[in-house]
Amino acid sequence: MSGRTPLGSLPAGFTHRRRRGAELFLLLLALVVGIGAYAAVGIGVEGEVPVNIVGYGGWLAGLCLGAHVVVRLLAQYADPVILPIVAALNGLGLAVIHRIDLGKLAKDKDATVLAGDQLVWMTLGVVLFAAVLIVLRDHRRLQAYTYTAGFAGIVLLLMPLVPVLGQEIRGARIWINVGPLSFQPGEVAKVCLVVFFAGYLVLHRDALALAGKRFAGLDLPRARDLGPILAMWGLSLAVLVFQRDLGSSLLFFGVFLTMLYVATERPGWLVVGSSLFLGGAYLGYLLFPHVQSRVEAWLHPFSADSNSFQIVQGMYGMAWGGLVGRGLGLGDPTMIPIAESDFIFAAIGEELGLTGTMAIIVLYGLIVERSLRTALVCRDAFGKLLATGLAVVFALQVFVVIGGVTKLIPLTGLTTPFLSYGGSSLVANWAIIGLLLRISDQARRPMPDLTADEDGPGQDDATQVVSLR
Amino acid sequence: MNKPIRTMALFCMLLFAALLANATWLQYVSAGDLNARGDNNRVRNAEYSNKRGAILVGGRAVAESVAVRDEYKYQRVYRQPFKYAQLTGFYSYVYGRDAIELTENDVLSGSDPRFFVERVVDMVGDNQPKGGSVSLTIDPDAQSAAFAGLQDLGDRAEGAVVALEPSSGKILAMASSPSYNPNLLSSHDFGAVQDIRQDLLADEARPLLNRATQEVYPPGSTFKLVTAAAALESGEYTPDSLVKGGTPLAFDSGQPLPNENGSDCGGSRITLTDALRVSCNVAFGWLGLQVGDDALREQAQAFGFGDTYLRDLPRQAASRFPTGDLEPVYQAYSAIGQYEVAATPLQMAMVAAGIANQGTTMRPYVVDEVRAPDLTVLEKTGDEAYREAVSPAVARQLTEMMVAVVDTGTGTAAQIPGVQVAGKTGTAQSQADRPPYAWFVSFAPADDPKVAVAVMVEDAGVARDTISGNGLAAPIARSVMEAVIDP
Repeated sequence: MSGRTPLGSLPAGFTHRRRRGAELFLLLLALVVGIGAYAAVGIGVEGEVPVNIVGYGGWLAGLCLGAHVVVRLLAQYADPVILPIVAALNGLGLAVIHRIDLGKLAKDKDATVLAGDQLVWMTLGVVLFAAVLIVLRDHRRLQAYTYTAGFAGIVLLLMPLVPVLGQEIRGARIWINVGPLSFQPGEVAKVCLVVFFAGYLVLHRDALALAGKRFAGLDLPRARDLGPILAMWGLSLAVLVFQRDLGSSLLFFGVFLTMLYVATERPGWLVVGSSLFLGGAYLGYLLFPHVQSRVEAWLHPFSADSNSFQIVQGMYGMAWGGLVGRGLGLGDPTMIPIAESDFIFAAIGEELGLTGTMAIIVLYGLIVERSLRTALVCRDAFGKLLATGLAVVFALQVFVVIGGVTKLIPLTGLTTPFLSYGGSSLVANWAIIGLLLRISDQARRPMPDLTADEDGPGQDDATQVVSLR
Repeated sequence: MNKPIRTMALFCMLLFAALLANATWLQYVSAGDLNARGDNNRVRNAEYSNKRGAILVGGRAVAESVAVRDEYKYQRVYRQPFKYAQLTGFYSYVYGRDAIELTENDVLSGSDPRFFVERVVDMVGDNQPKGGSVSLTIDPDAQSAAFAGLQDLGDRAEGAVVALEPSSGKILAMASSPSYNPNLLSSHDFGAVQDIRQDLLADEARPLLNRATQEVYPPGSTFKLVTAAAALESGEYTPDSLVKGGTPLAFDSGQPLPNENGSDCGGSRITLTDALRVSCNVAFGWLGLQVGDDALREQAQAFGFGDTYLRDLPRQAASRFPTGDLEPVYQAYSAIGQYEVAATPLQMAMVAAGIANQGTTMRPYVVDEVRAPDLTVLEKTGDEAYREAVSPAVARQLTEMMVAVVDTGTGTAAQIPGVQVAGKTGTAQSQADRPPYAWFVSFAPADDPKVAVAVMVEDAGVARDTISGNGLAAPIARSVMEAVIDP
């Protein structure tokens, strides 16, 4: 209609190039970022390149190249930009965590060192990434596990509420203890729930899309179709109420809402869902002092009775960084409490300046853009929904945490994907990237059979699903 | 499903655009305001780990930063701590800065915009920025004489000395007693710093106070110079005009104004010169009534009363002459520097310097030169006329009258062999329960003034009847003048 070719239906005869060479080149650049940052931290703090730079750099390079080889063998057509961006972010995150370790050690010889753990977690993440690509040869297989994934997601979400298992850290009950390990099941639940939403919505989107009443130019859904959205609303409110985790609550509900909108193409759902969420959030604000104190710290960070020391220190750090930053190792990021976790973005802002923070925001933006592009070219509805869901999870999480740290919105506890210290988050995000590359590989792969193309994607995926079962 | 996916892409783009805009706001637009906030430790830490510039007197550092092996890298060291405390101030991590360390902080820390080029070079060369240095107008010999003079009165003596170069306004000496040790406040042992500060604040003698500029005291008879100036400026009096001496001045209401020790000042009618020479209360009280409080007030303001003109040091107190229509008794007491008249020692040095400089007062200053980290002079403070207090003719007449005070009057203790000294004593009562203030203001040589001095001794712990301007204050003034005239 608009005269251009929509991305979803590519011109006949068009095939995506594999671009694995480009991916390798970008990965080398990403390694330069990661290893270079590690060396710069050593030079900045101790005046010399760290002695273990070869071992560290080799390990990082091995992980990246290993991931690349798996992609080259098992997902030849996958998007070539996503993996290098993730490698760059993860490498930079490791260097900054190492830098914060050094800062802590300078103040306290017995401080806990975290960079080593994080490298182990990254290794596990890459292994899981490879496992996803090896085990899952076609993302549509996941559709068979729709309800399993949904059940697993809810169980994982509720696990921290189990008395012995769950653990409350800094006001939020989102951790579980398994032996010596502590784990944030919400990060994995995120992936499970997106799989569940995609599978559920593919099956029920026609029913949900049936127009209800038209009101003020919007097609509002029928009352009986409100069931699942109300259930999801209840679940995210439960997360807010019982785990006191604003960020996850917003994340789950936001993802569900956008996937519902994409599946049904009805903006009416957005209106209904947003009003529900805003109403719930306002109720939460009225009822819970925890939420009120977060909002208070956001509105009046400099007022004396505001519980805003961390956010103010983060702002001071970023302001002190200015345009080009103090230089890696030359700032004082340990002045921000728990800088290695939610506030790693502020630590980066201090040492790499506005230049660094903008680069990181743009890198995240590129991951989201590449994922949504994957959703556009994907040929099956389940894949489209899954890719959109994963992209939006990513976008919302980045927005909520960076927006919180930079005082754009009230601060809610979420990790910065690939940068923050934290095993569950890192591993889960690598799995997400694995899923995205798998979908992307399927979407960009040339059509095996030209006759199948003529019916269009909508007809196509229904038959394919059956054939796979 | 592609249309809603595109909508979501747009939505995500908006989210990321908002993040970019907000990061720019935080790190660029409002960064300056955030960096300037008082509770921002980062800026302070960074400032502490730079090499701060020195404060120089006569080419030698009285305050400098030396490298130490702790997390702050540099320790501020004051070479002659007590002597220069009120000028250098302190540089404390916990309590901030004072005096020159405060007012010249931009230069000393290197953040002054004039160092822009140096900072860019430092940044490119990956060097820590260095601060510039500040050299003071202080004459080290005069400062030593001033400080020693106060010290000789006793450790707990309270008083201040200010010396000015009349022709330029340069502050040649500024000492206040009791003093304190800024090294202790600038230590990196913050617990000890806290204790020291508690002690200093609890001390009733207020060692942190710069008595030369930050507090006003009744100037007593030294204010008679202002009254005499007002009378001479009115054109109705000359140094030889006869004024009332003798019996106490009586009023319709209020305490009669007697002379010191009940003397008659040498007769019932005496010359104005003699009245100043013997510091005759009756004569100046009477004179104050004749010229009126408006003329006195205007003359006081012409010398700088009511104003804060010192830019280089913080918290200058404004000297004051009472406002409003005064009853005769208060007019008379004000004319001899009592009642509510109050002046800083710096102000009384300004009166002497103005008379010495042919009636024109110069704006006092203590920062002579600002130097870049490589010691090139960036800025030299220029002399600036402040106010024309009296005409040159009146200044000459006042000088002669002041010479008579030192030669044969109440100020003989300030005599310097071979040098003509002009001066005026003062002994001011405030409350009955505290000792009087002993003052001396002077300049020398009278024909070509090089230095004007004001000395104020608030409490020297000596018996009440031995306190006098001539006895306590004039010897200090003399030694400061000697230090400047023949170094």
